[in-house]
Amino acid sequence: MLDIRGLTASIGDKPILKGIDLTVPAGEVHAIMGPNGSGKSTLGYVLSGREDYTVTGGSAMFNDADILAMAPEQRAAAGLFLAFQAPIELPGVNNANFLRTALNAIRRAHGEPELDAVQFLKLARAETKRLAMPDDMLKRNVNVGFSGGEKKRNEVLQMAILRPKLAILDETDSGLDIDALKIVADGVNALRGPDFSALVITHHQRLLDHLVPNRVHVLAHGRIVRTGGPELAKELEKSGYAGLIAEAA
Amino acid sequence: MAAVTETLDTVQSVTQSGYKWGFETAIEMDFAPKGLNEDIIRLISARKEEPEWMLDWRLKSYAAWLTMEEPRWARVDHPPIGYQDLHYYAAPKKKAGPKSLDEVDPELLKMYEKLGIPLKERAILAGVDPDTVENTQIAVDAVFDSVSVATTFQATLRKAGVIFCPISEAVREHPELVKQYLGTVVPTADNFFAALNSAVFTDGSFVYIPKGVRCPMELSTYFRINARNTGQFERTLIIAAEGAHVSYLEGCTAPQRDENQLHAAVVELVALDDATIKYSTVQNWYPGDANGKGGIYNFVTKRGACRGARSKISWTQVETGSAITWKYPSCVLLGEDSVGEFYSVAVTNNHQQADTGTKMIHVGKGSRSTIVSKGISAGHSNNTYRGLVRMLPGAANARNHTQCDSLLIGDQSGAHTVPYIESRNLTAKVEHEATTSKIADDQLFYCRQRGLSEEDAVGLIVNGFCKDVLKELPMEFAVEAQKLLAVSLEGSVG
Repeated sequence: MLDIRGLTASIGDKPILKGIDLTVPAGEVHAIMGPNGSGKSTLGYVLSGREDYTVTGGSAMFNDADILAMAPEQRAAAGLFLAFQAPIELPGVNNANFLRTALNAIRRAHGEPELDAVQFLKLARAETKRLAMPDDMLKRNVNVGFSGGEKKRNEVLQMAILRPKLAILDETDSGLDIDALKIVADGVNALRGPDFSALVITHHQRLLDHLVPNRVHVLAHGRIVRTGGPELAKELEKSGYAGLIAEAA
Repeated sequence: MAAVTETLDTVQSVTQSGYKWGFETAIEMDFAPKGLNEDIIRLISARKEEPEWMLDWRLKSYAAWLTMEEPRWARVDHPPIGYQDLHYYAAPKKKAGPKSLDEVDPELLKMYEKLGIPLKERAILAGVDPDTVENTQIAVDAVFDSVSVATTFQATLRKAGVIFCPISEAVREHPELVKQYLGTVVPTADNFFAALNSAVFTDGSFVYIPKGVRCPMELSTYFRINARNTGQFERTLIIAAEGAHVSYLEGCTAPQRDENQLHAAVVELVALDDATIKYSTVQNWYPGDANGKGGIYNFVTKRGACRGARSKISWTQVETGSAITWKYPSCVLLGEDSVGEFYSVAVTNNHQQADTGTKMIHVGKGSRSTIVSKGISAGHSNNTYRGLVRMLPGAANARNHTQCDSLLIGDQSGAHTVPYIESRNLTAKVEHEATTSKIADDQLFYCRQRGLSEEDAVGLIVNGFCKDVLKELPMEFAVEAQKLLAVSLEGSVG
């Protein structure tokens, strides 16, 4: 599914990713943990094509396609979804309209018929109901006036509607209370299946209690310094990153 | 930054071929000789079979115009206009005025079809099911260069007592009404372009809604400049008598040409006690090419007088076309508790210049006005909001709220806000809010990450920005306007 080899990237002339090797097989959920500034968010942005970052080396193949060569919207059409750490506000743009436009763009890219407003609302309402979110989430303007928690939940709703093949969740659990955390975890768990993978960037073990990852990777100074099973997250919760980073250095 | 640069490139590349109304129609035309003098005015008046008083009115306006100078205060820049180098009358050749659509030149009908205008009775603006209810029917008056070529739904309107006809016909058929109101809102010598219009106006629409009548359908005019080297000087006069209600729509296009063309219209609205006039414009005159060559000079005077108590005049405009727009649809709020509204979206791209806004003159007690202006500047364009809110001594407890927002795309465009506020009554309240923002890279990236192309993302963000104004448009027009915004900024939709 996702195969990253020797990926290096910088912002301006400052290197951030210094050689990432990471494989996420289809159907697996991998967690990325690591101290602040280690490059976790950068990895998400680089994979989704944010233009502030320059890829300086290495490769990233997604279902055998070179995603680094694609425009962000092509990556989205290929099934890549990034849940933003700080979701962006779009004043005056209705959430339902935004999502329908996005979904139809993706459907068009796949040669599938577009959904009209009625068909879309039916689908979207089913998802809001499943995620126990209020219907008015769809009527409101994209993230405008949303609380921090609502913004994160809106990201999960978008993911549920767009049905990606690879979801990258960038600290979607940060700042959430335990109920909201469960909604995020349920959102990802509901999509789990042989054709869905996820990279979950998080600081906290507690999300991983609800969303048990197949693998846990620790990112520090732009490299993956350790990989293990779910027990690695528990170990980090107890002992922190310091020992690991020293060990790797 | 990169994303925005790319947007700019996209915008620039597509707008060069983006104007899809740029075709010319081959029709035999009857021209007046080039130039302007008393003889030309007599000729126009004669062609229109006007009574003597109308000719006198024109000649007086002309005399006033000769003493006036072009206004220089607007933030627009253009080479001198050769007023003697224009045709002041151009009309499709015909034997007599068309009595029905069958008599209209088929080339003309074809053109209006291309423009998407529902000229034939029962035809309804694109995208609306013809079987839908009656109130989606729209009566159309189509003005081609200097003359009105077809007005639809006459019979239905007559039954309701509504007069909707070319103003040239009103001068002949309803002289008492025209005499009573023409030039009373915009006096002949109001300004340079209004004086010119008063001297040479050739056609336009006349609407009279009698007391207590709610106009049974939307009224609409489509203006089209087709002939080369002509100016279009239409004149519209709308009167809503006591308790009357009317919604009027106006759309405009012109062929793509290298030289500039002049459009100097005057629109006068009169609302008596408890009357409401809603006037919506989608202005899409040819804006010129990407280098600023060609395009329409749109120098227009639009003003409404709320003469009656509780009367209301609402202007909604979506301005995407024209090389230069100089336009300030205004309300003179004379009546007690009268209401004036101005909702505007002005988009400029490439080298377009827009200096547009409104004037709200509060005279009556308790009069209220609302101004919502959204300016969008892209390319090398300049977009100025210029607005006056004046509270006169008698305007006790009058209120105004102004919201002026500017959106910049790229770093070569300019947005300017010039509000004038004068209050001579201590109980009057005036509020002014203004914002300037840019389409942020992170907004574009967010949209693209969800699968939207950059063009669709810009369109979505711009439409969101304009939402408060677009929702004021009648539904059929709102859909058109949304598309037009997309085309003006991206060019690919259509």
